[in-house]
Amino acid sequence: MIKLEQIHRDFQVGDQTVHALDDINLEITQGEYLSVMGPSGSGKSTLLNLIGMLDHATSGIYTLNGQNVTQMDEHQEAETRNRHIGFVFQAFHLIPRLTAAENIELPLVLAGMSPAERYQRVEQALKAMNLIERAHHKPDQLSGGQRQRVAIARATITEPAVLLADEPTGNLDQKSGQDVIDTLETLNKKGITLIVVTHDHHLGDRSHRSLKMVDGRIVSDRSHVQAET
Amino acid sequence: MLTRDFLSLTGRSLLTHKLRSFLTMLGISVGIAAVIILTSIGEGLHKFILSEFTQFGTTLVGINPGKTDTMGMSMGVFGTERPLSIEDAQAMKRLSFVKSVVGLIQGNAEVEGNNRTRRTTVYGTGTEFPDVFSMPVQRGQFLPSDNPFQPRALAVLGSKVKQELFGNDNPVGQRIRIGGDRYRVVGVMASKGQVLGFDLDDTVYIPLARGLEMFNREGLMEIDVLYHEGTREDTVVEGIKRLLTARHGREDFTITTQQQMMDVLGNILDIITFAVAAIGAISLLVGAIGIITIMTISVSERTAEIGLIRALGARHGQVMMLFLGEAVVLSALGGCVGLVFGIGLGQFLTLVIPALPVHTPWSYVVIAEISAALIGLVAGVLPARRAARLDPVEALRNE
Repeated sequence: MIKLEQIHRDFQVGDQTVHALDDINLEITQGEYLSVMGPSGSGKSTLLNLIGMLDHATSGIYTLNGQNVTQMDEHQEAETRNRHIGFVFQAFHLIPRLTAAENIELPLVLAGMSPAERYQRVEQALKAMNLIERAHHKPDQLSGGQRQRVAIARATITEPAVLLADEPTGNLDQKSGQDVIDTLETLNKKGITLIVVTHDHHLGDRSHRSLKMVDGRIVSDRSHVQAET
Repeated sequence: MLTRDFLSLTGRSLLTHKLRSFLTMLGISVGIAAVIILTSIGEGLHKFILSEFTQFGTTLVGINPGKTDTMGMSMGVFGTERPLSIEDAQAMKRLSFVKSVVGLIQGNAEVEGNNRTRRTTVYGTGTEFPDVFSMPVQRGQFLPSDNPFQPRALAVLGSKVKQELFGNDNPVGQRIRIGGDRYRVVGVMASKGQVLGFDLDDTVYIPLARGLEMFNREGLMEIDVLYHEGTREDTVVEGIKRLLTARHGREDFTITTQQQMMDVLGNILDIITFAVAAIGAISLLVGAIGIITIMTISVSERTAEIGLIRALGARHGQVMMLFLGEAVVLSALGGCVGLVFGIGLGQFLTLVIPALPVHTPWSYVVIAEISAALIGLVAGVLPARRAARLDPVEALRNE
């Protein structure tokens, strides 16, 4: 469902050109659980942003669900992001003045869905994330793990095909981190394509397929069958 | 995005920084209040001055000697043009549309009566004066219709002159001296107050022919014609022009209609109102700069949030609208508060200084509110565009 062909992403830093992504060829099928690992500055996040259509390739072709993303206009891009892609960030990125429930429904609000319909979906998401009692709390009244669960609920509220997580456990303690990973893996089992950028080897090992990146290139791409499944 | 959600999101973010939003709003409020109060005074002045003039009626035409195309006192009073004569005034009475005609000459003289003396304005005029200028007689009668060329020595006192010379006594029938000549008082005018600084009560009226003699003048300073209502103004002007041109051999006089006076005056007053509004607008400008400042700060503070909503699928336009919305809501609310302040202050001024005419037309209120919202829109464009143009990847990196 995701296909990257000869993707390059160059940045101009001063008078130097930095190749953040250097000839990336990658195919990801529906329902995969993929981890992207590598040192800082290896291009992991750039790859994730590119797949999430927040960033644009300098050259190459990116196909999502058979559609050539590189040729989309701003409007189509935004709509595709809204409907097909969910983001989870290390820093949660919750809007502090909105309650948990309001943060979760934000993508639906942006899409112009009616409040009645939104309410149903948000209720469901809250239930699934075990956040019912926290629905009307502001982010600063939530624990780190709860915040990230709110962020995951928000990322999945539009039922996207792909969930992109950039260091989702980076700001969490061991236990909350494990919680979040469990949540993400449950979603993956239900069919969502999960792509996780991480430094955490433990997390990398759990994924079904892991990429290793160095200097904008994919240096290893191996699949490992999960023992537990 | 639904309008309801749009408003809710906008309101929420404004309420997050209550003090900041309030102060920004206050900037616009002060501006709008200033514009409203200044234009209200301007407009009040406008109405006041026009009503001072219309109290003489709108079907009034003045004829002055000398031909001018501009406003102001005609030099013909002292010049070589053929003067306007009592005969001219007599002739005009025969025009069909004319209701009354009265000639006028004005000067200063010493008035002596009841062993007191007062220097005052003396008008030489005719029996129709109260009619033409809507100035009623309070006691006795106005000058009777004598032979216009040889009138009796009769005088009518303005209420102030009467008060000064005779106190509460009845002056009718009393003898007075005006400029050394003996006159008999036949009436007292009702008090009219001041018009633009001229005290209309500090006057004495004597017959026109005697006025000409007293001030040693050949011609009248002015002839005023009151025409029948429903007559077209240009018919009146044309009729008078034809008659006087025939009598004088050329057009050596100026006809000023009340409407012309009002138009010119109205224009001047409009400019005054506009000028004070412009002064008020300066404070609005300052308010607008406040909005730009706060919105710019707000955009940089919320950079990460902007990146986030872009990631969640917000389009450029939506981001722009959200920030523009905040600016417009701020300024529109500020405008409302300013309106309340401005109108309230106007009412207060009316209470405290009743002489100061204050009038706030509804159209100004509506225009002020619309401009407040527009100011917000314009002031918000720059910061909102900045927000919309942020690179989402960069924005998300901002914590």
